[in-house]
Amino acid sequence: MTVPPPEQATAETVELRIPRKAEWVAVARLAVAAVASRMRFTIEEIEDVKLAVAEACTNAIQSADGADQIEILCETDHAHLRVTVANRRGVGAAIVAPPLAEDEVRIDGLGVFLIRSLMDDVEYAVDPESGSRLVMIKRLAS
Amino acid sequence: MDIKVNVRETDGETNIVELAGEIDVYTSPKVKDALGELIDRGVYNLVIDLEKVRYIDSTGLGVLIGGLKRVREHGGTVNLVCTNPQIKKIFDITGLVKIFGIYDSEDAAMKASV
Repeated sequence: MTVPPPEQATAETVELRIPRKAEWVAVARLAVAAVASRMRFTIEEIEDVKLAVAEACTNAIQSADGADQIEILCETDHAHLRVTVANRRGVGAAIVAPPLAEDEVRIDGLGVFLIRSLMDDVEYAVDPESGSRLVMIKRLAS
Repeated sequence: MDIKVNVRETDGETNIVELAGEIDVYTSPKVKDALGELIDRGVYNLVIDLEKVRYIDSTGLGVLIGGLKRVREHGGTVNLVCTNPQIKKIFDITGLVKIFGIYDSEDAAMKASV
């Protein structure tokens, strides 16, 4: 029996759903860090992912919508970790049009800036049916 | 997951705020309250020791920025003690290294606040 080359490795997914409450963000970031640690990421890269996920969850909590849960989906393969943070009606609400005070805008902007700085690709999408979601990708060094 | 806040007075006007744990969206209000209480009491020179902080996110940075903004209104300072590379990296990429004084030891931060 031979080990398949990395490019043929099976993609795997891990899903997590947490209450949309501040005290649960630590669970999300540690869970995703555990997923990342099963890949070939360095400790520094795992810390990057951990912070980016926490920022996305924080955005979801701070967005003004009626959702009560945050969904986190991790998809892994030989080349990258793709994390989707979805909040029915709102992960990106604070990113697109935050009706916030001056200080809050600046602080919220820091979170988004951190996500974009720490991850390789970041996408934001809104679906009128399912809500909004933030997708971020961290690639393994080749 | 928690944050511990320990405030130490010194001989001078500066207070040392020692933080230990993780500063995130859940724990940062506790830090904000502690800093706010000091500033309300007229303590405008702060050394915030982050040596025992394992993690900080944008809400934690926001609390530090808010504290700095308030003490500066009274001519005060906030100097940080931090040697953790991952935390220093966050201050680097956000450009906050240019706003806060970041030092390797409490002694160095104290000297800078005088």
